[in-house]
Amino acid sequence: MTHSAHASDRLNHAGGPVPGTEGTRFGFFTDTSVCIGCKACEVACKEWNQVPERTDTGFTGDSMDNTGDLGADAWRHVAFIEQPRGHDAMPRAGLGPLVGGEARSAGNGRAGLEWFGQDPGLPPGAHGAEAIPQLPIFNGEPASPAEDGFRWLMSSDVCKHCSEAACLEVCPTGAIFYTEFDTVVVQDDVCNGCGYCVTACPYGVIERRSPGQPGGGGAFKCTLCYDRMKGNQQPACAQACPTDSIQFGPLEELRARADVRAEELIGAGVPGVQLYGHDQGDGVGGNGAFFLLLDEPEVYGLPPDPVTPTRNLGEIWRWVGVAAAGVVAAAGAAVLGGDR
Amino acid sequence: MSADPTRLGEVAASAPGDGRVGHPPEVRSYYARPVIKEPAWTWEVPWYLFAGGLAGCSSVLSLAARLAGHDVLADRARSIAAGAVVVCPPLLISDLGRPARFYNMLRVFKPTSVMSVGSWLLAAYSTAAAGAVGLSWWGRLPRLRAAADTAAGGLGAVMATYTGGLMADTSIPVWHEARRELPALFGSGGLASAGSAAVLLSPRGSAEPARRLAVTGAGTELIVDNVMRRRLGMVGKVYERGEAGRYHRAAEVATLLGGGAMAAGRHRPWLARLGALSLLAGSLAQRWSVFKAGFQSARDPQATLAPQRARLNRGEGHRAPSRS
Repeated sequence: MTHSAHASDRLNHAGGPVPGTEGTRFGFFTDTSVCIGCKACEVACKEWNQVPERTDTGFTGDSMDNTGDLGADAWRHVAFIEQPRGHDAMPRAGLGPLVGGEARSAGNGRAGLEWFGQDPGLPPGAHGAEAIPQLPIFNGEPASPAEDGFRWLMSSDVCKHCSEAACLEVCPTGAIFYTEFDTVVVQDDVCNGCGYCVTACPYGVIERRSPGQPGGGGAFKCTLCYDRMKGNQQPACAQACPTDSIQFGPLEELRARADVRAEELIGAGVPGVQLYGHDQGDGVGGNGAFFLLLDEPEVYGLPPDPVTPTRNLGEIWRWVGVAAAGVVAAAGAAVLGGDR
Repeated sequence: MSADPTRLGEVAASAPGDGRVGHPPEVRSYYARPVIKEPAWTWEVPWYLFAGGLAGCSSVLSLAARLAGHDVLADRARSIAAGAVVVCPPLLISDLGRPARFYNMLRVFKPTSVMSVGSWLLAAYSTAAAGAVGLSWWGRLPRLRAAADTAAGGLGAVMATYTGGLMADTSIPVWHEARRELPALFGSGGLASAGSAAVLLSPRGSAEPARRLAVTGAGTELIVDNVMRRRLGMVGKVYERGEAGRYHRAAEVATLLGGGAMAAGRHRPWLARLGALSLLAGSLAQRWSVFKAGFQSARDPQATLAPQRARLNRGEGHRAPSRS
C-alpha cells in the first residue's frame, strides 16, 4: 500500500512528485475533519527541517495547545478547539436541523475514516453513521456524539503558500521566491532580516528568528519541504500524518478531492463544513495550502477574509504622491507668502 | 506567544461592548490570540521616520528658499537635511536582523516592495543631499551643485512621505487602513520639524518662511491625525491606549503648544524657538505613536478579525461568506 490512498500520475509510490513535474503547482489539502491532534506533523517538520526549539514558549493554558501559533520556529501548528454544547457553529443552508438522524443519513454515511487505506467502518451512533438507534434522551433531545457534550476541532495549520504571496511581494531583497512547484520559499542566504514580510503576511505565518538561534535574524516559515520535493519525496508532515488529514499533491487534484469531501460531509450532516483558501477569487488569489474546516475560520485563528496588502499598492502610491505634492506646495507657499 | 498579562489586558481592553453605537460585534477568535504577527522592527524605525521626514522636508524647503532668493535659509536647510540624512542608513542597517547583509537591499529593484523602492530612493536622495553640501563646501562645480539641490528637493518630498506608504503596505490593520492619511501625516510632521529646525539654526531675520512652514506643518499634522483616527473607527482606538496612547497624547500637546507658540512667535524669536523645540518633540512623538500603534493593533485579534467578518457579512468580502 502506498502511504496515500489517492492515485495520481504525478505522485510516486512514496507520495512525492515524480520527476518532470516541475511547473505543476503542488500544495497541501488539510482535511481537519479527520485530524486527531497527534502533532506528528509538528514533530516531523521540526525533525526534518531542523527547526529549533522555541525560546519563548510555555504551556498556554488554552486547551491542549502548547505551540500557540505558527512562527519562525513552528512551521506546523495544531490548533485545539473545545466547543461546549450550544456552540454556534452555523448549520449550512439546506441542511435542515442538526439534531436527528434524517439529515445525517442523507449522504452516504461515510464521514469519518474513508481516507484510510482500510475503512474500519463507523461505530453505531458515530458522527455520520447511517442509523442512530435508540439514542438516550437528555433534556428532551436525543444525544449523539455530535451534540451531547462538546466537540473537538483540531486543525494542523501551516503556511498558506498564497498565489499572491504578500511576504514575497514586499520582500526588498528578492530572498522570497516562487519555486518550480509554485510554492513560496525563503532563500536564507539572501535574507537580510528586514522583517517587512513579518508585517505583510495576513496570516501571521512568517517570523524573524531570534538572535542566538541557528539562522537567527532571518525570516523563516514552511518551505513545503522544497528539498524533499526536489528529491521526489512528499513533505515530512504529510508523510507523518497518520490519518491523511494532511494530503500532499498537485493542487488541482487536491481541490477536486476537497470538493467531493466537503459534499460528503455536508450530506452526512456535519455542521459548519467549509473549504478555506480553496477559492482562487479570494483576497490572496487562493492558497497553495488550503483547508476543510468545521467552523468559521476565525475559530481556528485564521483570518476570514485575508487580503494581500499589495493589492492596494496603487492606492498607497497615489496618496504618497498627493502628500509629496502637498509638501512641495506648502514649502512654495511658505517662501512666497509674506515678507522674509 | 502572548501569555503575559499586559497583552491579555490589551486584548481585553479592545473587546467591544463599550456601548458605542456602530461598534462591530465581537468576532469569535482562537483563545483571543493574535491572528497576525507583531512587527520585528525596533526603536530605530521611528527615529528613521523622524530623521527621514526632517531631512526630506528640509531639502524641499532649501530648494524653495533658493528659488525665492532666500539664500541664507536655503544654505541652512541644506545643511540640516544633510545632517539628518546621514543618520538614516545606520538606523535602518541597525534594525536589520542581519545587518552585515544590508547591501542586499540594493540587490534587486522591486516595484511591488515599498521597502525596495524606498531603499533606492534613500540611496539616491542621500547622495544628492550630502553631495549638495559637499559641493557647496568645495565651492566648485556650481552647476552640479545646483543639480544636486534640485534632485534633493524633488526626491526629498517623496522621502518625507513614502514612509507612510511603507507602513501602510502591511497587514497591520491600524497601518493598512490608514493608507490615505499616513503619507500626509508623516509629510506634515516632516514640514513641522524641518521648519522648526531651520528656525532654531538660522540667523535672526532669515527664518520667517521656515516659521510659516512649521505652523502650516503643525496645523496639517493635527488635522490629518484627527481625520485618520476618525476614519479608522474601532481599529484606531489603539491611539487611546497603552504606549501608543501615551505617545499620541504627548504628540498632540507638543504639536498644539508648539504650533501656537510658533504662530505667535513672529516678532518674538524666543517664543518661536520654544515652539520649534516643542514641534520637533511632537513630530518625534507622533512617529513613535504610529509605530507603537502597529504593535498593539497586531496583538489585538479583534482588530484583524472584526473588520474582515463585517466585510463578509456585508457581502463585500473577497470570498463567499460561507460555503454551501
